[in-house]
Amino acid sequence: MARGRVLVVDDDPALAEMLGIVLRTEGFEPSFVADGDRALSAFRSTKPDLVLLDLMLPGTDGLDVCRQIRSESGTPIVMLTARGDTVDVVLGLECGADDYIIKPFKPKELIARMRARLRRNDAQGAETLTIGDVTIDVAGHVVARDGEPIALTPLEFDLLAALARKPGHVFTREQLLEHVWGYRHAADTRLVNVHVQRLRAKIEHDPERPVLVVTVRGVGYKAGPP
Amino acid sequence: MIPALRDFASAVVHRWRGSLQIRVAATTLVLSAIVSVLLGVVLLQQIRNGLVDGKTRAALAQLDFGLQHAADQFNAVERPDPATLRSTASTIVGDLGPRGSGAPTYGVVLVTNPGGESVNAPAADTVGAIPVALRSVVTREGREAWTYSKVSDGSGGFSPALAVGGPVPAGSASYQLYYLFPLAQEQQTLALVERTMLFAGAALVLLLVAIAAIVTRQVVGPVRYAAATAERLAAGRLRDRMAVRGEDDLASLATSFNRMAQTVETQISQLRELSRVQRRFVADVSHELRTPITTIRMAADVLHDSRDDLPPELARSSELLQTQLDRFEALLSDLLEISRHDAGAAALELDAVDLGALTTRVVEGAQPIAERRQSRVELELPGDAVIVDVDPRRIERVLRNLVANAIEHGAGKPVEVRVAGGPGGVAVSVRDHGAGLRPGEAALVFGRFWRADPARARSSGGTGLGLSIALEDTRLHGGWLQAWGQPGVGCVFRLTLPWRVGEEITESPLPLDPTDDVEAPAPWSDVTTEPADA
Repeated sequence: MARGRVLVVDDDPALAEMLGIVLRTEGFEPSFVADGDRALSAFRSTKPDLVLLDLMLPGTDGLDVCRQIRSESGTPIVMLTARGDTVDVVLGLECGADDYIIKPFKPKELIARMRARLRRNDAQGAETLTIGDVTIDVAGHVVARDGEPIALTPLEFDLLAALARKPGHVFTREQLLEHVWGYRHAADTRLVNVHVQRLRAKIEHDPERPVLVVTVRGVGYKAGPP
Repeated sequence: MIPALRDFASAVVHRWRGSLQIRVAATTLVLSAIVSVLLGVVLLQQIRNGLVDGKTRAALAQLDFGLQHAADQFNAVERPDPATLRSTASTIVGDLGPRGSGAPTYGVVLVTNPGGESVNAPAADTVGAIPVALRSVVTREGREAWTYSKVSDGSGGFSPALAVGGPVPAGSASYQLYYLFPLAQEQQTLALVERTMLFAGAALVLLLVAIAAIVTRQVVGPVRYAAATAERLAAGRLRDRMAVRGEDDLASLATSFNRMAQTVETQISQLRELSRVQRRFVADVSHELRTPITTIRMAADVLHDSRDDLPPELARSSELLQTQLDRFEALLSDLLEISRHDAGAAALELDAVDLGALTTRVVEGAQPIAERRQSRVELELPGDAVIVDVDPRRIERVLRNLVANAIEHGAGKPVEVRVAGGPGGVAVSVRDHGAGLRPGEAALVFGRFWRADPARARSSGGTGLGLSIALEDTRLHGGWLQAWGQPGVGCVFRLTLPWRVGEEITESPLPLDPTDDVEAPAPWSDVTTEPADA
């Protein structure tokens, strides 16, 4: 597998070792770091394709690690969290995590989510999409306004591209979860809400009054006019 | 009634009920006005009587003098021929009549009885002003008498007057002498007194009202202050206290109030601390337990995946490990969830969702269990989307629980799920045709670890906490979760939610008792866990 390097940031040695066993069995190349302070340097040196990040860490907090990594890379981040509380999950997602998984999880579920994050929907040809004054170069993975590129994470890019391919079509959150995250069964729709917010913060002129990614009350989201 | 008038009336009633001060002032106004009026009437009566009595006595004295004079004159007449008598009469009237210039202060009338001739002084037709009743009394009974009358005041009107009269005690003929005293002076005095009393009374009443208002204010002020402080306490500003001034009753009210506030504050901060500790504990337990369980779970999975290579007893062991870990996880997460509810740490994450779509998703998700139980789930949706503001995760969990329970206990018969929205709220009902509930059990199903049949407790999955959590989740939304059951007929669980959290549910759009429209409800169909204790 080409994209197989995984950085595991977790302070529990038993869990880290167990994750290592499972990941290697599944063909990944895991590397480990046990505290938050060294997480960023480990990320820089290993250049992983995906980060598994425990939120409760000694030293630098998991949320901060998440922010640090996100500030310099769009690498997919999957949070491991012991708390399914709304606040924790939403905080993590707002800090830039692409997905989360609540302990205790089944190994297959974890692997499925990691694969979903590593699989890119880039096979859809070399089209160029537009919504409003934003152009999306699907093949080149570039989003730009007036020639100025806008930095999006791969997930945000996929979300925007999915919406922009059918302008005006209303997607339910569940459909977006399936299209963008690759989940067949109902997962957490908060994933969609938070990522739409993050996306808006980057592409909308006024994120409070979005015109490019519009909420359809009680249904879901749609892209504004091209 | 005209709406504006009704509004005004209700505003007045509201003020009346709402302000002690207004009530006291108004009561004082009414009572003191009544007392003043009564007192004024009595006083006026007394003054009038006093004035009139004096006048009457003076009039009678003058009459006595006049009668004596007239008798003397008549008796002195030597030849009583009509001409002489007439001139004598004129002389007498002239003697007795008012003297001096200016308006006459009284009038005198001498009447010869048989002829009815009268001689007047001053020469007005004052005889007409002598009431007939007085004349007949004097004539018939031959004694002095008096009465009230009226005289022309010269400007077309009449003013009250006092008429006195008596028979002249002269032997030769029968004469009667009458005096007429105008009472204009007395009336003026009375009018003045009346006016004075009216003003004095009104001033007194207003003064009393003002005093009542001021006195009440002294009492009401601190009470209002206490009420305002209590409001602030209720609003959460637990450190607010009343200022204690002086040593009177109101100061002791303030002292007691402050002591109460102190106790409440201490209690609440203790409870807050407890709840915080509890929440913290739950969070810690959650984290501390979940990490090792994750490791165990992964290890068990690795073992389970390679069970084909293991000897039979080890393979079976790994299977047991796997299934019991599932159960343990479910139990753990339910326990944590319910303790979050107990600690008051559960919060709503509201979103506008279509209840129909959410229920559809739940029913689709329940298909695997339904197939395993050889059951069928029938879904009945309304034509329009039912968009409600709820926490979708919690409501989905509640519905998942209800549907799974219904399939579990439905004895393989179809499970009917209905969704409806109405003016009073939205509802989902889940009906099974299984063993149903015995009388009284509908109230127990929401209890923790309660099981319909203790004998087959462990066989049917579930943690025993599902319905308790469902009830807590429903309460968090301000909704109702109710159960109905009849042995052999089945159960109905109905979830009713307001359109928006915080709104009142007035009525559920779906019936709880499915036999409702057919016959009278069964005697134990009222067993519900209703908002009464929510």
